[in-house]
Amino acid sequence: MKQLVILSGKGGTGKTTVAAALAHLASEEMPVVLADADVDAANLELVLDPTKQEEHDFTGGQVAVIDPELCTACGICAEVCRFEAIIPGDDTYQVDDIACEGCASCFYQCPAEAIRMEEQTAGRWFRSDTRFGPLFHARLFAAQENSGKLVTLVKQQGRLRALDEGRELLIVDGPPGIGCPVISASAGADLALLVVEPTVSGIHDLERILATTDHFGVPALVCINKIDVNPKRAAEVETFCASRGIEVVGRIPFDTVVTEAMVQGQPVTAYAEGLVTEALGQVWEGVKVHLALNGAQRTGGI
Amino acid sequence: MIIAIASGKGGTGKTTVAVNLALSINADSTDLLFLDCDVEEPNAHLFLNPTIERREEVGVLIPEVDYDKCTFCGRCAEVCAYHALAVVKQNVLVFPELCHGCGSCTLNCPEETIHEVLNVTGVIEKGFTGDIRFAHGILNIGEAMAVPIIRALKKHIEEDSDHVVILDASPGTSCPVVETMRGANFVLMVTEPTPFGLHDLRLAVEVARDELGLPVGVVINRDGVGDRGVEDYCAAEGIPILMRIPLDRRIAEAYSEGVPMVEALPEYRERFVELYRRIVGQLSIAARQEMAR
Repeated sequence: MKQLVILSGKGGTGKTTVAAALAHLASEEMPVVLADADVDAANLELVLDPTKQEEHDFTGGQVAVIDPELCTACGICAEVCRFEAIIPGDDTYQVDDIACEGCASCFYQCPAEAIRMEEQTAGRWFRSDTRFGPLFHARLFAAQENSGKLVTLVKQQGRLRALDEGRELLIVDGPPGIGCPVISASAGADLALLVVEPTVSGIHDLERILATTDHFGVPALVCINKIDVNPKRAAEVETFCASRGIEVVGRIPFDTVVTEAMVQGQPVTAYAEGLVTEALGQVWEGVKVHLALNGAQRTGGI
Repeated sequence: MIIAIASGKGGTGKTTVAVNLALSINADSTDLLFLDCDVEEPNAHLFLNPTIERREEVGVLIPEVDYDKCTFCGRCAEVCAYHALAVVKQNVLVFPELCHGCGSCTLNCPEETIHEVLNVTGVIEKGFTGDIRFAHGILNIGEAMAVPIIRALKKHIEEDSDHVVILDASPGTSCPVVETMRGANFVLMVTEPTPFGLHDLRLAVEVARDELGLPVGVVINRDGVGDRGVEDYCAAEGIPILMRIPLDRRIAEAYSEGVPMVEALPEYRERFVELYRRIVGQLSIAARQEMAR
């Protein structure tokens, strides 16, 4: 079983569009599992028409709770809290549970033993069926922490399912950025596909995400989206990738058909023929070669 | 006044709006502070080209144990909620990447053997673009936690000052975005009129308006693509649409070259000034509602 993660550094470059297209194209050749690792803004489900099969709570971490009956308003909790999570009052103090990082420092220091730590349900995760294969996805509740932990959970569930059912490929749609959820989404990946747009921001962010995948030893391929928006910057991406020995496996033109497909709730490759669908077919071929996947030949009747 | 610019979904134009808003209102000699809080992928400097005058290393205070006094009692590891400490035989192991810098181990050590040292996880760069004071944070490669950098960055906001602060948030709705929005007076949501844009806008509004209780307004970018979902949602929720930026190839091209929109298309300058006026207007409405309550 191989694990592919789709990343970009910069947000909104087309990760989910590419992930949905690869889910569609891959599923025609081999059994796949899908995981949406962007748990604070999960969009893959919007184009895969999933039917929920399972739903579970995700317990993120703890928050401090002050018992107003026991609180003497001595203020020690506020003094020791480094996250500005204690709201002082005249008779009793309160915890701002959005700011609270669950460190329990106040819990240990409160002389009146007025503070307890409570588990928090920080989100939900789901297993759904889609016509391309099982989808594992999640929703971190508003203003919750521990997105990395939830990403790991969603990905692990996808991995277990793939191993159980002998599915050949796990496609992970990653979050933007380079921090905690990205590190969680990339852990254990055999390959990262980096979706970049030909802009100064896109190039700047590509360098940082590539440094991150390098840092964690995940090999990377690049796919350039909206390549015709700025041919000069696109050439710069190609030169940069060549200098780093990174192969560019896809060159996707700008086309409003991508938005049309999204509005129709479909992967663009399942929605319309054309240059975008053709380019995404090439991305899939490139990914297949790099992961040494032979699905197409097998269904060809070996 | 502190204006945070957020979106939920990435790539909707947060940085474009933040940068052009700053450049447009700066013409009125407003005292302006611009903080790029997307410390994972900061981009505003590519458009503002600030002259960087100072660099400062930032990070998390992690425990360091004085072995002369340590009795290896294990209390530090016991109280650490993040499993960032482990006591193994005659050794105290510290895992800096797990440490949130809460200081609980220091306070709980019965022998007072722990002091804290800065584990550098990023850098803050400060400078000027014309009269605009600029700072951004850069998370080091391989580091997980953006929040401590954002927290250090926001220390540059002077309390009770009459300067205007523009905060450019990262995409998403989790801790880095919450940390950026906290303490802001207004959250400006930049979205695109597509199903992805709408889905993530809803989540961002839940954080800003419902959890943090902040007034919000929307800028629709690439107006004309997609569907009516965002308009219908804003109408139903009573969220004001404060500006529309059309899908225009000239805007996309200027952006791709790192040229601010108001420089490539100067007619937009007045529209961003108008956006600012509307934000101020929304704030006085919010203040009046607050008083009525």
